[in-house]
Amino acid sequence: MAVSVTNAPGPAPAAATPASERAQARRETLKLLLRRPGFVVGIVILTFWVICAVLAMLEVPYTPWDPFDGYDLTIDNPAPPSSEHLMGTDRLGRDVFSRVLYGARDVFTVAPPAALIGVVLGALLGLVMGFYRGITDDVLSRIVEAFLALPVIMVALLTLVVLGSSSVVVIGVVGILFTPIVARTVRSAVLAERQLDYVTAARLRGESGPFIMVREILPNIAGPIVVELTVRFGYAIFTVATLSFLGVGLQPPSPDWGLSVSQEYSNMISGVWWPTVFPALAIATTVVAVNLIADGLQSVLSE
Amino acid sequence: MTATFPAPQVPSAGTTAALKVEDLSLAYIVRGIPRPVLRGVSFEIAPGEAYGLVGESGCGKSTTAYAAVRYLPRNGRITGGRILIDGADITKMGSDEVRQFRAKHASMVYQDPGGALNPSTRIGTQVIEAYTVLGQSQDEAQKNALAALDRVNIADPIRVFNRYPHQLSGGMQQRVVIAMALASDPQLLVLDEPTTGLDATVEASVLDLVRTLRNETNAAVLLIAHNLGVIRSLCDRVGVMYAGKIVEEGNAVEVFERPQFPYTVGLLRSLPRHGVRKSQRALATIPGTLPQIGTDLPTCVYVDRCPLADELCRTVVPPVVDVGVGHWTRCHHYDRIGDIPEPDSGVGQVATEGAEVLALSNVSKTFHQSGHSVPALVKVDLTLNDGETLGLVGESGSGKSTLAKTILGIEGPDTGSSILLDRDELEPTAAGRPVKAKRSIQIVFQNPDSALNRGWSVRQILGRSVRKLTGLKGKAADDRVDKLAHDLRLTQRHLDLKPGQLSGGLKQRVAIARAFAGDPRIVVADEPTSALDVSVQAAILNVLSELQAESKTGYLLISHDLGVVRYLADRIAVMYLGRIMEVGDSETVFRGPNHPYTEALLSAVPSVDGEPAARIRLEGEIPSPANPPSGCVFHTRCHRFMQGICEVTEPPLIEVEPGHQMKCHIPLEELRRLQTKAKVEDIVLTTPPEALEAAVAEGIEPG
Repeated sequence: MAVSVTNAPGPAPAAATPASERAQARRETLKLLLRRPGFVVGIVILTFWVICAVLAMLEVPYTPWDPFDGYDLTIDNPAPPSSEHLMGTDRLGRDVFSRVLYGARDVFTVAPPAALIGVVLGALLGLVMGFYRGITDDVLSRIVEAFLALPVIMVALLTLVVLGSSSVVVIGVVGILFTPIVARTVRSAVLAERQLDYVTAARLRGESGPFIMVREILPNIAGPIVVELTVRFGYAIFTVATLSFLGVGLQPPSPDWGLSVSQEYSNMISGVWWPTVFPALAIATTVVAVNLIADGLQSVLSE
Repeated sequence: MTATFPAPQVPSAGTTAALKVEDLSLAYIVRGIPRPVLRGVSFEIAPGEAYGLVGESGCGKSTTAYAAVRYLPRNGRITGGRILIDGADITKMGSDEVRQFRAKHASMVYQDPGGALNPSTRIGTQVIEAYTVLGQSQDEAQKNALAALDRVNIADPIRVFNRYPHQLSGGMQQRVVIAMALASDPQLLVLDEPTTGLDATVEASVLDLVRTLRNETNAAVLLIAHNLGVIRSLCDRVGVMYAGKIVEEGNAVEVFERPQFPYTVGLLRSLPRHGVRKSQRALATIPGTLPQIGTDLPTCVYVDRCPLADELCRTVVPPVVDVGVGHWTRCHHYDRIGDIPEPDSGVGQVATEGAEVLALSNVSKTFHQSGHSVPALVKVDLTLNDGETLGLVGESGSGKSTLAKTILGIEGPDTGSSILLDRDELEPTAAGRPVKAKRSIQIVFQNPDSALNRGWSVRQILGRSVRKLTGLKGKAADDRVDKLAHDLRLTQRHLDLKPGQLSGGLKQRVAIARAFAGDPRIVVADEPTSALDVSVQAAILNVLSELQAESKTGYLLISHDLGVVRYLADRIAVMYLGRIMEVGDSETVFRGPNHPYTEALLSAVPSVDGEPAARIRLEGEIPSPANPPSGCVFHTRCHRFMQGICEVTEPPLIEVEPGHQMKCHIPLEELRRLQTKAKVEDIVLTTPPEALEAAVAEGIEPG
């Protein structure tokens, strides 16, 4: 992708300016990404859910929290998908389609900040461990490993039970639980990077450790960090859904997907599959889409 | 120029060529578009002949080598022509057929022997496998494998059999790879940069080995190397490649002494040859760069950079012109080759030497590894003057880099060491040194890709160094960046690019500009040109000596290329196992007499000017610094070893003649006698019996 420039000293050819060359490099990266069918499919699915989340805030066919008008809890069974209710209704007479649309909003308000917190904290920790090495790395690495040994869901469950569950707490807990995993990935990227001579050159002109870490090394490991952010986003969706399913995440009557699955799956036996299957499909497609995007980024950015 | 050359070995019509490449065209498919890399390459190699391909990176020489055994990356397509090995056209074979054919008829040796061997399998298993593939039984294969290791001069094959690749040195690994390559007794042996990355002494022994084996097996050799000296020492004929075409071909000696294509002329003139020094003349450079892969080159491929190019060259495809027996060129104007101007002749730049700027005394550095202490530097005394270049040579592991790191303050020396900069004691590490000391000692690294932050623009890289080291701000700092760029012939446009968008030569210019940001007193140049092509190397060496002439900066030049050292260095220090073995003026050291270690180093290097008179083979490998030999540390490998003295007492570094220090028990006059004798012996073909005895004892090859 690199644009080679003539070695001959002399006037610069009038062709491209550096700014446009950089823009061209970005376009090239984008073009490479768009050549990967997996990445494109991922983007399409994710865009679909983002649009749903936005639209849901503006308008849904039915109120997600209430039974549709005229629903009689004592007489009516959950209605199967029909032209009136595209995904049927659940056992409380709520329109599943509206709830799934609305649930997308919860996913996109909780999972990205959680992933972001995990990646920011993890990247900082990883930078410090990889850059300073020695005793700092030894101590922090053991702590990180201790955290990694704990099952994420168990710790999250306990914390949420103690702190009570709200979106903010879920975001914080999931973010912190992702930190050690991200820290390890970033650490290994930093270890490779600090071997390079430009780090020595920076030391020889008297740069401080934090300057070298943040201004010199960090931009060069942006690729792996972006990939990590995407991967963590996928995991965050899944973790949040799991916590809701276990009843410690978002609380009823929220239309959260994980919560909907947990409330409705017992009715699968009696043939009422739609209130469970549609939110489950929503979770699955979003996670798969995010992972497809992560795969694409990984292979293109690491080239 | 009226010298007679040995008769070229032109493949006679009667025998089948071991390799015959006919009008081969090849393209790499990049994003769906075929980009031509080879544009009609034709050559042939007779059985038992060695043929070399030379050219700069990107000219297609490695692609040719891989194509010769049809081992191409997935996007490589042969778009025309034929490849015949021993008369069989491998371009027409199916992939299974090609594999079986290769197994019996052709072998390849790659650049990195460590990568060619399986790290988790013992050497023995791997070599035996090379034979069982040929259908031999396990016992038979084992017997043959041991014999094969013996054949490549591995002293103790059984011991090597049980080792893993990482337990062997680079030279040993390459011997094992060559042994495996010869298992099938191939008609064709393709060697792709077989000695790149090996020390000169090891390189010499691997080249000796290939030479001997070629005579024994009568295999044809196709050698790819960027080092013209390696090609000259091994090859009978040579082809010069440029932009996917062979532009000149002929007897190796003749092509190197009487080139008939402008590119070959430029390539050879850009090398520091025949002991030329910076004071005598600047090196010639080739303006411009290799055309990008896939560029349309309808007529002469070299027309854009050729000093002789005219309208004819732009419109008519040049014919193949015979200029000697088996020597041809693709040039319209071969008769005007002599007209190519020698640029800057006689106006080489020299700095006048000034006062002492750096003084090292008693500098030691000991590393501590899991309870062992490893002395990497032992009591080094050295000085460097203003405007002087001190060349530092020695095999890898001799402590050259550690010495540079200690001076720079990357590694703190042991207590008791003293480094004086302008008579002021320096703090052991860079972090503790004041800005003034930091700006005074800077470095140019070997590999500019690693040395420049790829995320920063050139302007940021230079600007940061200027601000940090000089304390200049705002406009003044920007002006300083512009001046640095101007001195290094970088344009404003280059300043806004990132290193990844620059060619290797330009990147190294940026790295040099950065080192000069704070008007340094001393610049450490650690192999500054070894990652570059020769024509680019010439430009960098010129720039370094120009800068030195202007700024009176002292250089500490680390290089394994003795041509480069000889061109640039005013004084030379030779290191072995962390000790200085010899220091002297460049001319004194190259003239001799030398310390036996220097003598061996100098004789090991294959030169494009022909072989040195006598070849001294260093036995074994450089000992571990953790456990250095007693007495003189070189005694275990010395060809002038004196029983009873050398292994007992370590000789001091003493001044043997004005400006020439040496660490050897043998007196200078004795060394002079021995070393001139060795040279005379080689010229006199009838070796007297006593001299022969001495030669055998000393490991010199007579003749």
